[in-house]
Amino acid sequence: MLKDIRYEKPPCKQIADTDRDCFFESGLEYNTPARGMWNIVHSGMLLPEAHEIFCCAQGCLRGVILTAAEMLTLDRMSWISVSEEDMFDGTIETDVIDGVTEIIEKLGKRPPVVLLYLSCIHLFAGVDFEAIINELHERFPDIWFSDCYMTPTMRTTVSPVAKMAAQLYDALKPMPLDPKSVNIIGNDRATDEGSELVKTIRGAGFTLRDITLCKTFDEYLEMAKGSLNITYIPTAVLAGGTLEERFGARHLYLPNSFVYDTIEENHRTLCEALGIGQTDLSAERAAADSALEAAHEVIGDTAVAIDFTAVTRPFELAELLIAHGFNVRYVIADGAGEEGDAFERLKAARPDLEIYAAANVNMLNMRYEPHEKVLAVGQKAAYYFATDNFVNIILNGGYYGYSGIVKLAELMTDAYRNEKDRKRVISLKGYGCASCLA
Amino acid sequence: MKNVSKIIPCYSADTAGVCSALYELGGMVVTHDASGCNSTYATHDEPRWYDIQSKMYISALTEMDAIMGNDEKLISDIVSAANDQKPEFIAVCGSPMPMMTGVDFDAIAAEIESRTDIPTFGMHTNGTHSYIEGASEAFDYIVKQYVRECPKTEGSGVNIIGMTPLDFKWRGTMDAVKGWLAENGLEYVSCIAMGSSLDEIRRAASASVNLVVSSSGLAAAKYMEERFGIPYVCGVPYGRAYAKAFAEQLKGENGGAVRTADDADTVIIGEGIGSVSLAAALSADLGISAKVICPLTCGDGILADTDLDLYAEEDIEAALSDMDPKTVIADPLYKYIVPDGTRFIELPHFAFSGRCFERDMKDLINTDIKEYFK
Repeated sequence: MLKDIRYEKPPCKQIADTDRDCFFESGLEYNTPARGMWNIVHSGMLLPEAHEIFCCAQGCLRGVILTAAEMLTLDRMSWISVSEEDMFDGTIETDVIDGVTEIIEKLGKRPPVVLLYLSCIHLFAGVDFEAIINELHERFPDIWFSDCYMTPTMRTTVSPVAKMAAQLYDALKPMPLDPKSVNIIGNDRATDEGSELVKTIRGAGFTLRDITLCKTFDEYLEMAKGSLNITYIPTAVLAGGTLEERFGARHLYLPNSFVYDTIEENHRTLCEALGIGQTDLSAERAAADSALEAAHEVIGDTAVAIDFTAVTRPFELAELLIAHGFNVRYVIADGAGEEGDAFERLKAARPDLEIYAAANVNMLNMRYEPHEKVLAVGQKAAYYFATDNFVNIILNGGYYGYSGIVKLAELMTDAYRNEKDRKRVISLKGYGCASCLA
Repeated sequence: MKNVSKIIPCYSADTAGVCSALYELGGMVVTHDASGCNSTYATHDEPRWYDIQSKMYISALTEMDAIMGNDEKLISDIVSAANDQKPEFIAVCGSPMPMMTGVDFDAIAAEIESRTDIPTFGMHTNGTHSYIEGASEAFDYIVKQYVRECPKTEGSGVNIIGMTPLDFKWRGTMDAVKGWLAENGLEYVSCIAMGSSLDEIRRAASASVNLVVSSSGLAAAKYMEERFGIPYVCGVPYGRAYAKAFAEQLKGENGGAVRTADDADTVIIGEGIGSVSLAAALSADLGISAKVICPLTCGDGILADTDLDLYAEEDIEAALSDMDPKTVIADPLYKYIVPDGTRFIELPHFAFSGRCFERDMKDLINTDIKEYFK
């Protein structure tokens, strides 16, 4: 355990001493070299044939442009830089409009949709984004312009990632809803075809669409037919709700849980929404238990660390693993979020579980602290606990439900047996994206 | 429009310049920003991030703190972190949002220094300028704060000023420079600031000449000339013949760059001092005549009359089209605006393409450059 007694703002606590509403005091933040989490550039590139235009200061541009460069999509990205004078000389809107116009006229091929990103300073200056979008629609009626936001300063009001997930569907036009069409919304990767979620939908004869599977803009537009939009990660909920408001398509949030009762409840809800009889998941449940037992036989008492970038519900995963005999010692998370119940149960059952802040200033030297051999679930855990035995997934890795637990157990076993090149693996930006560094 | 780019990237920003300049000196650098400045810097501007720990942080600025002008939170968070981590100094950098709210970084620095007794300074960055400006201000501060009068070294002692991984390969460059100095009877004193330390820099006034290897080092070199009477020479010892001649110039003897750009059919795009030095090396070593396009701030008198300082994608593209050169030497991501049919020699520049081509960065100092450019 980190010798936190030294610090004014300790980055580590036992769960027994942790308040679910405020894990750690805020302060300066450290940024780990773990780069697997997606950003708004990666997400925007999911929209087939879209062109991204960022309008912001050079310091902000640098990160987004090189994200595109590393993922080999620089030809789908342009930018307009903002100077100090631009903010105060009354040209804030016209600079954007004229810049976008120039870029589009220079592009060899007209994109069907442009994702136009403004930044914190635009919003702070009271930019009229609607007027910009309206003017651009007038100038280029063959292109759809979506207002997008690179506004990390406003992250406590609306998460940029959640807003981006919502705006990805902004270019959809209303179509007659197809009662046999279902969408999975707001993910950065396709859901495992072997999951009970996908198998249930497809098995009942429904057409399943997901932006991560769309190859063309026309395929993407077909998503407007979906009469049921399913989300299962927290940052997708806004997108699902927005589509329900716009098109009247029902939104179901079926959180990717590690609690068996919740998995069963999600399945019941899904079957009801699809209008089908509930299928029995006892075999899948038994498979999850068997997989966990098999993994535990291999991994034994090895200490396990879980971080919040790997799974959206790290405390539920910790609880599940502990129930199956694993030695879960560490969780890296800054809050309990929507899994407060699991947090409280763990607090009672395993008061010595150690919670680490993800970005606390005093995590800088964490990886040099002595500790036992650790099996990590997630990139940040691998980095902080300096282990090459780690499960390399982000946001559940596309795995879901009982089948997701089976897969995670297999990945943990593989990680225990086989070391990874930690520095190289976690340095790649946007897990699953193409990379010039791969 | 001058602020529009269809495809090529922008250079590292001023905040990254500050961080890069100070990275190895044991200080704490805090950028007053929500998150992006530090993650961009750590990912795309700092090749040492994984291997060398350094106290580079962000303030995690929120919307409410920006609106309410909650400077006390920034100050107390920095003081707390400084109490925990005991840095040699503290630098506080501005970013775009503090620019909008008019944060007084000098006042904040003074307050932090009074509470911690740690030298603290405000950097006047706002994320809208290039790394040259940020690194320049940081180096200038460091020499003013830490360099003091001291006895001169025997022989020709040299400080290297303006060296960061944004312009030079992180691994290998300083060994090559030190080897070149020794080979030519020059003594290394300090590097400001890559592969060096504050203790080395404290002795910098013992040098007899300063070697400015990028425009980031000009302000510090000018200060040292004025304050300590140490003259400076701008250049990078690329190639063999040019490196030899440049060493003579550094020693105050004849030599230096005899560069011709008349009828040049080669264009180099990049940082001013480095590109002019490469042009001189091409001339001296290979008989190639080259012009320079410098898209970054560059000191007076660095560029030749035939060179161009151009910043916008459209201007550089138009200039290349007008010049119709046989060869362009530039970072690989300039390929998109090089005229068809032009020979393109890739010269990765970390401040432009980040880590995309880091593994292809070239060793050009005091070495045969024929294999790359002939």
